[in-house]
Amino acid sequence: MQSLALIAPLIILLPSLGTFINFFWGPKLNERWSSLIGITASASTFVVWLVLFAYLNGNYYQPAIVDPPILDGWIRIPSIGLEIPWQQRIDTLSMAMMGFVTFVGTLIHIYASGYMHGDPRFSRFFAYLNMFLAFMLILVSGNNLLMMFVGWEGVGLCSYLLIGFWWDKKHGVGIKNSNAARKAFIANRVGDFGLLMAIFLAFWTFGTLDFYKPTEVTNPHMMETLASGGGHGEETPAAEEGDHSEETPAGEEEGEGDHSGSAALMVSLTSDLTLEQEGDHGEEAADSHGEEGHAGPVIEHTDNAHLAFNQLGIFAQAEKLAKLGEGETVDRGDGTTMGRMVNFGAFELDIDTVITLITLFMLLGAAGKSAQIPLFVWLPDAMAGPTPVSALIHAATMVTAGVYMMVRANSFFYLAEFSSLVVTIVGVLTAIIAGYIAIGQFDIKRVLAYSTVSQLGFMVAAVGIGAYGAAMFHMITHAFFKALLFLGSGSVIHGVEHGHHHAHEHKHNDHGHDEHHAEEFDPQDMRNMGGLRRKMPITYATYLIGTLALAGLYPFAGFWSKDEILADSWIAAIQDGKFAGFIALGLFAAAALTAFYMWRQIEMVFHGSPRTEAAEQASESVWTMTVPLIVLAVLSLLGGFLNIPSGIGLFSFGLQGIFGEHTLSTWLEYSVLHLHVASFQPLIAIISLVLAVAAIILANRIYGANKAINSEGLDPLEANPASRRVFALSNARLYWDEMYDRLFITPFKRVAAFLANVVDWAFLHDYFHDTVITKGFNGIGRLLSQPVDLGIIDGTVNGFGRLARWISGGLRRTQTGYVRVYAVALLIGVVAVIVFMLLPVLQG
Amino acid sequence: MVPTEAYVILSMVLFAMGTMGVLLRRNAIVVFMSVELMLNSANIALVAFSRQWGQADGHLFTFFVMTVAAAEVAVGLALIVAIFRTKQSINIDELHLMEG
Repeated sequence: MQSLALIAPLIILLPSLGTFINFFWGPKLNERWSSLIGITASASTFVVWLVLFAYLNGNYYQPAIVDPPILDGWIRIPSIGLEIPWQQRIDTLSMAMMGFVTFVGTLIHIYASGYMHGDPRFSRFFAYLNMFLAFMLILVSGNNLLMMFVGWEGVGLCSYLLIGFWWDKKHGVGIKNSNAARKAFIANRVGDFGLLMAIFLAFWTFGTLDFYKPTEVTNPHMMETLASGGGHGEETPAAEEGDHSEETPAGEEEGEGDHSGSAALMVSLTSDLTLEQEGDHGEEAADSHGEEGHAGPVIEHTDNAHLAFNQLGIFAQAEKLAKLGEGETVDRGDGTTMGRMVNFGAFELDIDTVITLITLFMLLGAAGKSAQIPLFVWLPDAMAGPTPVSALIHAATMVTAGVYMMVRANSFFYLAEFSSLVVTIVGVLTAIIAGYIAIGQFDIKRVLAYSTVSQLGFMVAAVGIGAYGAAMFHMITHAFFKALLFLGSGSVIHGVEHGHHHAHEHKHNDHGHDEHHAEEFDPQDMRNMGGLRRKMPITYATYLIGTLALAGLYPFAGFWSKDEILADSWIAAIQDGKFAGFIALGLFAAAALTAFYMWRQIEMVFHGSPRTEAAEQASESVWTMTVPLIVLAVLSLLGGFLNIPSGIGLFSFGLQGIFGEHTLSTWLEYSVLHLHVASFQPLIAIISLVLAVAAIILANRIYGANKAINSEGLDPLEANPASRRVFALSNARLYWDEMYDRLFITPFKRVAAFLANVVDWAFLHDYFHDTVITKGFNGIGRLLSQPVDLGIIDGTVNGFGRLARWISGGLRRTQTGYVRVYAVALLIGVVAVIVFMLLPVLQG
Repeated sequence: MVPTEAYVILSMVLFAMGTMGVLLRRNAIVVFMSVELMLNSANIALVAFSRQWGQADGHLFTFFVMTVAAAEVAVGLALIVAIFRTKQSINIDELHLMEG
């Protein structure tokens, strides 16, 4: 069973292989093979996931850390103690992420094989999709911040490539697509800076980037509970929980023994890691583990107490440091000690400050990737990419990376109250503002894009109030229904486009000439639709399910997940008196907006009568597109039962008996230390339901009965003088992009112009280049050529020549040509030699 | 028996006379003859020393010298005849075409 986890690297390797095949041999493959390879690569990751899931279930949810053999010791510089292994972390949190990434990803691959039919770069598209999948899985399965960053950048790159996939479209559309891709990339880079800073800070502070080291137990308390449960099968007495989470009877799960319900879900670490449950959490949460006195645990280590400090990952280290009192120190395990103060060389910071900084930087990173204020502007533009991309990346997976990161770092956010407040504010503002903007959009995908931004705001706000489980829950259900809605919109666009072509062919045949061909037609504009209900019944039915799920209607998935976030904010605000909770109550407004704009879309697209010939001629999409829609619709309908809250009361209908209570939260808790669950709040459920239904009725009154677009092509809100301004502001997207233009782009261009014209051209080129460099160079050149080269060097050489000539001129005269002179010279020479030889004899 | 010194002195006198002839005379033929005189003075010395030491080396060298002298005269005379034909003179002071 243990060895099963070793297949984890395959989950990255297989899509990478798909990428390589499609990238290098794609042009030689036909569409059938390209899509087959892409889909196989994607589906196989889901199979790997299933195996890993079986492993994790069979291993009491104990996290596995897998080192791929080749990449062992990924980054290792012993001299400075830098060791960043390439490790995959198989725990419940990463598995939850991988689950919907691989499953929804596979469905979207299948869908894309139909949607992208006939595209000249068909195989390239599948290569990118597979590459995206590989990077996303690196992101969520990495056991350290740097691996996460690798995936983070990788999905950013794929997003760039895929948004700009149709860069060569004609009539300026291609340029628009490229600009959208660049916008996404640049906005993401701003966020990436934040994440990088967080990584640097974490490394400086903790000396490692691992989330948890392989020797550690992620959630010591849960492990102990499990050990006792698994070992004895006895009922764990559920401890009384302080405030909000009601005590729940232990839920039986797959014959696995039991969990001590919500009491166990409260934070608690054994021995030296135990956090004092003070203030907002009321009494001590669970003191059960100390008193139960089990013997012979199945799992050997139930806590991290025996581990030296430097054997802990960043989160456990942070927990330990933050708990230290003034002047207390902790043994690092290598002979040094560390207190609360973190030494940055020039200055020291308290650990709380450091964690606040790290979390704020993380928030910036999440704002970039998860499209939060102020960096959300890229996501709506990202709709320029093909629709499967919008669904896969910009609704279901990549944009959730920021939320995943924050949930993964829940220990940090739990410790940083100020950051959590900021996170809440950002999330709520994003949810409301994006929801408001969505009302005024006419592009079918743009509405969904703003809706995604808004829903991500929900998740971020949930993280801010500490509802990490609710954030994950909403992320998963949102992945289902937002992927469904995007794919549905793609189906609609496809249908309308086909209808448009069809209509044209008719004209062509009838009249023999084609006068409408040059006419601009936007198949994504909802004003061109209407009445598609009868033309595309499957798309309509699934789209309706997605809409109701997103709007949060009972019993669709969105109801449960959104309600959990709302309930958590309610509890945090009313019961705990947390300020962040009061802010999060603003999410009600966002929820109402969601229902309103989604119903507006339904009315505009599907109801009423067709407004254009293209809509009239639209037809249902092929089965490769509708089958994923149906599967996702089923999931949107049932996905909420993953995590039925406790105390459900009247809404129950025996559901919890079938699906189990808090299944997802309990499951996630093995890896999310500070997860806690909220019980069902009937009041919240009723308020949110009433708001959603009221918003839908209101939308129906305004847009229903064929009033979606009036005769002048205006939105009813636009035509009504009372609401015209509100609508115009929404339609203009609050002038947010224009504000960016004013604040950043125009000043940037001015600075660039100044730098180019004045600094570069006038100063650097004209003055510095011409005057200083050119003249200086000429001066030095003259100096070197005239006195030095001509004077000294040439003079010397010529001097030698003259000297040789002068000497030879003198010597020449000795060559008289008279034999007797030579003979005399010979004689003198001979005599001289003889005298020289005889000299010693003569002297002696 | 005539002592070796006498031969050596004769050789020296003849060598000095030959040297003077080479240095002072202008007629190319006489210069040649003076050179022969110097060579033969050397031959006398060689033979005298050879006799004194009872070794045959000196005799042998004498033959070499005589052979070389004969060859030199053959070449030299031919040159002088050729020069005379063109210049109508064998005065070596007039033959300084090779001056530097």
